[in-house]
Amino acid sequence: MQATSRNFKKNVHAAINDATLQRAMTKLGFQAARAAAVSRLPEFDKLRDQARDIKNHVLENLDLYLERYEAEMTRRGGQLHWCRTADEARAAVLEICRRLDAKIVTKGKSMVGEEIGINEFLEANGIAPVETDLGEYIIQLRHEPPSHIIAPAVHLTKDQVADAFLENHRQYGKTRRLEEAADLLAEAREILREKFIAADVGITGANFLIAETGSSVIVTNEGNGDLTQNLTKAHIVLATPEKLVPTLEDATTILRLLARSATGQEMSVYTTFSTGPRRGEDLDGPGEYHVILVDNGRTALLGTEFQDILRCIRCAACINHCPVYNTIGGHAYGWVYPGPIGSVLTPALIGIDEAGDLPNASTLCGRCESVCPMRIPLPKMLRHWREKEFEKGLAPKPFRTGLKLWAWFAKRPRLYHFGSRMAMKLLGILGRGRGSFRHLPLARGWTGGRDMPAPEGPTFQSLWAAERKSGRT
Amino acid sequence: MSEARDQILDGVRRALKRQAGDDVRKASVDGRISQHRRNLVPKRALLDHGAQIGLFVDMAEKAAATTARVAHYADIPDAVIDYLKRFNLPHKIKLAPDPALTGLSWTARPLLKIETGIAAPGDSASVTPAFAGIAETGTLMLLSGPTAPTTLNFLPENHIVVLTESRVVGPFEDAWDRARTAQRDGAWPRTVNFITGPSRSADIEQQLQMGAHGPRRLHIILVAEDGDGQGKG
Repeated sequence: MQATSRNFKKNVHAAINDATLQRAMTKLGFQAARAAAVSRLPEFDKLRDQARDIKNHVLENLDLYLERYEAEMTRRGGQLHWCRTADEARAAVLEICRRLDAKIVTKGKSMVGEEIGINEFLEANGIAPVETDLGEYIIQLRHEPPSHIIAPAVHLTKDQVADAFLENHRQYGKTRRLEEAADLLAEAREILREKFIAADVGITGANFLIAETGSSVIVTNEGNGDLTQNLTKAHIVLATPEKLVPTLEDATTILRLLARSATGQEMSVYTTFSTGPRRGEDLDGPGEYHVILVDNGRTALLGTEFQDILRCIRCAACINHCPVYNTIGGHAYGWVYPGPIGSVLTPALIGIDEAGDLPNASTLCGRCESVCPMRIPLPKMLRHWREKEFEKGLAPKPFRTGLKLWAWFAKRPRLYHFGSRMAMKLLGILGRGRGSFRHLPLARGWTGGRDMPAPEGPTFQSLWAAERKSGRT
Repeated sequence: MSEARDQILDGVRRALKRQAGDDVRKASVDGRISQHRRNLVPKRALLDHGAQIGLFVDMAEKAAATTARVAHYADIPDAVIDYLKRFNLPHKIKLAPDPALTGLSWTARPLLKIETGIAAPGDSASVTPAFAGIAETGTLMLLSGPTAPTTLNFLPENHIVVLTESRVVGPFEDAWDRARTAQRDGAWPRTVNFITGPSRSADIEQQLQMGAHGPRRLHIILVAEDGDGQGKG
């Protein structure tokens, strides 16, 4: 997928001034649902500790888990395709589709699929990919990327969906504009049913790969991923190395966190473990089972300060609880993964020079880390990226000059305290009339949305010094 | 492609400062897998069996499934007809080719049309066996096999599942143990489905709608009699 993260600031302006988007974004109910689900499971926080430890253990021994997984999945008739890059992954998928003479490929939801741009690639090669998750189907009709990793069409209103269906479903003889969500769903169900039946190959993602059994796991509420894999000649799984867990028990522990963190469900409706192709005496199931194991920059994060991000299970809790995401939606981030996870992962996968603004799109309020089921220290990693951005000289010049000036003073405490005392005094005198400032020089962006209160009384440092002198601390 | 394989694995070892062919580390990883020890199991489902059945029914209904309880296997055809009548559905079912189900006296109900096999696009209701019911979350566990085609779980609009009460377990871990025991020689089914309620989507303005692609309704018939003749593990 082509990144527009470079235009982040422009994207944000557009998003904030997009009335339709802002209307769609007010309806998000994920936070309350998660809180309720967590309160029903007293062991939730202990499970988070264990889930973190499971993934840490896997990452520390990833070479061995990959080898064991490969042995188990091939023993059960699966074919594993190792791919370093998006290019290699796309080529591997195309080769399978061509061999099977595939015309229509159904797809379950896959963020890796977005990452490697599989749909555009298949289309360019004369194969029709059909997204079958309702949200993904809607945005495919609208030719736009997902704005959320578990609710891809969350930025749209019902009216926009109705328009997209009317425009695209004429070819199937559907000429009435639908008003109700239930009717829209029924129409999509009817049309996609035909696609499931007609498809030659089905592509899904993977929430887990299990070393013990060589299985891949998908989690859905619609059942589309299951129809995708069971009604075709071949099931192709797009997966990445960090999806590995050792055993069924380990997958179970993380599954206890996944749906609760994502939608607030106890379990998603369908959790499916797929192992190899259909067996000799089975009456249905795919004739071939392929796993495209695409690295695309992930294993390069091992042993770095960003290793912990590889624990991510793509639940979207950090996104749902991010005040920045809730204000600007997902498209402004400009690539596949929005929100805090995107601000850490995007620079890692496409480069800090492409995505340098994203780690700055955070107040470091810490809500993302507080809800992350895998206890990923997201704010710490955002700070790492900010440091890297600064080191590389990518931050804007006024910002770097200001920071250098500040650092010069900060290294000279006496001068710093004297300077800040003077500045506060001056601001205090200037702002005495209104008690606040509507505009401040060099801070137009900040005062654009709020007033800056005028400082009152002495600075914290001088209060602290006075307290110490009087012996009260 | 093997070049890619070697390069990825070498990269991982370099990043982790690990050596290839480290037998001690390999033994510890293999040991962890073969022991497949349980992590923390939530207390919620650690109950006596009667209470587990109650919890299963409660949780499944909270996930929008419907349930019915019958005493004997022979009662299943009537329970199926009751269900079809309740929702005004065509008296036509697609039956999983499981002897415990196909062996029932369906022919005593002449108005009910029975077919056996995999799902076809027009099927309105299927009847399939469950391998286990997990009380913790009201989840059904269905294993694919020659007598249990997976398409029956997803294509028909109504999915009727027969679950013997002895197959209800507390937590997921108990179900995994039974599945491991039931498979011979380390075999493993192509598909393990955990199903918790009927299909749904909230992709349009966060409004929950039932029946997205899978079944609009999920009905579970719990049978008290332990007569399905399958291995319990």
